[in-house]
Amino acid sequence: MLSPVLCSDLAALEPEYTEADVISTVEFNQSGEFLATGDRGGRVVIFQREPQGEYNVYSTFQSHEPEFDYLKSLEIEEKINKIRWLPLHNPAHFLLATNDKTIKLWKVSERDKRAEGYNLRDEEGRLKDLSTVTTLQVPVLRPMDLLVEASPRRVFANGHAYHINSISVNSDCETYLSADDLRINLWHLNITDRSFNIVDLKPENMEDLSEVITVAEFHPHHCHLLAFSSSTGTTRLCDMRARALCDQHAKLFEEAVDPSRRSFFSEIVSSVSDVKFSHSGRYLLTRDYLTVKVWDLNMENKPVETYQVHDYLRTKLCSLYESDCIFDKFECAWNGTDSVIMTGAYNNYFRMFDRASLRDVTLEASREVCKRRAVLQPRRVCVGKKRKETDVSVDSLDFRKKILHTAWHPKENIIAIAASNNLYIFQDRLTPNGHHNTPEIQSAPPKWQTQPNPPTY
Amino acid sequence: MASIFVVSAERFIPLFPRLACQGVLLGCHPCFRLNMFSKGTKRKFSDGDEEISDESLVGARVASSYSLQRQSLLDMSLIKLQLCHMLVEPNLCRSVLIANTVRQIQEEMTHDGSWHMVAEAFCSAGQSPSERLVATEVLCRSREQDAEPKLFSVISYEGCREEEVVADETLCSVSVSDTVSNVCLAGRIGQCWEKSELSGVERDEEALEDSRLGSGEDEEIDTKDRASTESPKTIGQVFGTFEIKNGSPGPDSALEELFSDVDTSYYDLDTMLTGMQSAPKMGPYDILDSLAPSHSSPSIVSTPNCRSDLNELDHIMEIIVGS
Repeated sequence: MLSPVLCSDLAALEPEYTEADVISTVEFNQSGEFLATGDRGGRVVIFQREPQGEYNVYSTFQSHEPEFDYLKSLEIEEKINKIRWLPLHNPAHFLLATNDKTIKLWKVSERDKRAEGYNLRDEEGRLKDLSTVTTLQVPVLRPMDLLVEASPRRVFANGHAYHINSISVNSDCETYLSADDLRINLWHLNITDRSFNIVDLKPENMEDLSEVITVAEFHPHHCHLLAFSSSTGTTRLCDMRARALCDQHAKLFEEAVDPSRRSFFSEIVSSVSDVKFSHSGRYLLTRDYLTVKVWDLNMENKPVETYQVHDYLRTKLCSLYESDCIFDKFECAWNGTDSVIMTGAYNNYFRMFDRASLRDVTLEASREVCKRRAVLQPRRVCVGKKRKETDVSVDSLDFRKKILHTAWHPKENIIAIAASNNLYIFQDRLTPNGHHNTPEIQSAPPKWQTQPNPPTY
Repeated sequence: MASIFVVSAERFIPLFPRLACQGVLLGCHPCFRLNMFSKGTKRKFSDGDEEISDESLVGARVASSYSLQRQSLLDMSLIKLQLCHMLVEPNLCRSVLIANTVRQIQEEMTHDGSWHMVAEAFCSAGQSPSERLVATEVLCRSREQDAEPKLFSVISYEGCREEEVVADETLCSVSVSDTVSNVCLAGRIGQCWEKSELSGVERDEEALEDSRLGSGEDEEIDTKDRASTESPKTIGQVFGTFEIKNGSPGPDSALEELFSDVDTSYYDLDTMLTGMQSAPKMGPYDILDSLAPSHSSPSIVSTPNCRSDLNELDHIMEIIVGS
């Protein structure tokens, strides 16, 4: 398994922070060289990986501003809900960033040369007196300090009546989808004034509304397949070839709940908060409140694997409901080889599950424990008496510290964890290439203390 | 969030006296804390269990503690739906999940038959009208009604403030048929889901008012009914179950009394000026609404349209000036 080491502590230095600094989304680009984060204040910060392996700030820009909808007398938050990178075509980088209502396509480009020697203007840009121009010169390019510019290239507005919760770029690199609570729209990257509605869950009679869309994503390879999950715990796979409106699903992934175990919270707890296709395209990862599940696209009636993230919360659902924590939406992530799954939890903990060995580990991302180059120590949450000094009791968990947003480098074992306004980037110390440990490479005893039985938290 | 909860709860209490003295005994669920509810007496209907044998007594106690917890959960869910974020649109997913929970509880209560008892407990003549929670009043179905309560007493959908002072054209959509017992919900709940148009409060109050006034007000309701078709943009507001109960016992007087306690100083000057003359009765939701910070949107409008236009303009002006 991995031994995460903090390689970049990009946390804010002051312990006090404003609400606007809270990170709301984290996303690596396709090569992993860039990492983009969005925050509640509408800013996007892009980090670039240095040759030494560390991530440093590359560009910062204000993507969305707060708006006020005068017709409805409501504020539209500038919080960035999702960022998705477009595949690289040219030296510039493109990414889509969205808040509740508007999606923007940003171009991030570098400039390291400047043209000098214009005929009509001098170096400061002032117009030259034409009588002083006696000869013509060809401007030459001279190197300058690197300047990274971000400019909005497209604004996709007014496509959604409800809050946008996800965007996903199609593998055809020309279209992308955006999903709100009730509808999914298909856009073309070059066309901003119209979109196609491909899924519509809004009932004729709104009184019948009992289900909303929570996340939607395109298949990584098949441009006609998309998956979307709902608040009732179902995930649907839709095929756009069948018909224009994908209300009829091609597949429905749902696990039957044992009726004897049903409680009033069953539905809320089963609500899917994140869906991710595996890199191979063969599996689907879904995250609900207490578990992560791996589904084989070929089998709809039950997941192939289920991992308990924090089952000790099952007896606390009532108070979590009261505090609204039960509605927290955690994200999940695959590693590059689809062998390890990661997701966040409370108390600044995040969990990793190795699918092959069925081992799992709980780690903490917080300023107190994360020092540069230190190896993270596993955590354990105990329900009853503490077995070890380092165990943490369920009752002392801090539910305000939640790790909702996590991302895994597409190729290497580098993970980015967002904890409120802090971003932690961890790297696997022992296996920078992403290969599993072999006895020859391993020079120190394993850093995990995982036990196959019973499962640790 | 917690602080908002508490403040609002204090304001809720005088308006929902029954809620305050409801006496939620939480039984054996230690982590279930409802700070805003005062501890009080057990519910009357659970007393009936005590006549039986010990074993079944224990079972009955467990059952009654379960139903107490269930009732607490129901109340908590209703409150969650009522509290609205003042400026930002509510999270639709959260609202749908809470509403589904409420539905589930009420269905179960119906099947248990305890719904019946709840209705009885609340609607019994023994209770003084002012103790009656307006919200659950709506929950109650009077006995002569059908056994399938269509629920929902979600009074106001989290939704915030009254954007467009819509005159409850929504109310209109409720059919005024006597025979339909499940009338309310239809059309109502649906509308509340309309995002951002949710601001149950005033409208709920109106709906409530209308429902209580019985047949005499049918005409008014019909007017609004027509009005609803004329202003489509105001659709989707109330989320409430307002059955039109014609001649239901007591509630009229209950409401009268409830309203008589209303402190008119709560009225915002604007509210007065923009034509609230026609509505001497201000329901609890209206009070809530006028308590809302910068925003007072007069919503009790019995004569729709022109007045609502005025109100709308005022409202918009307020926002522009105030923000």
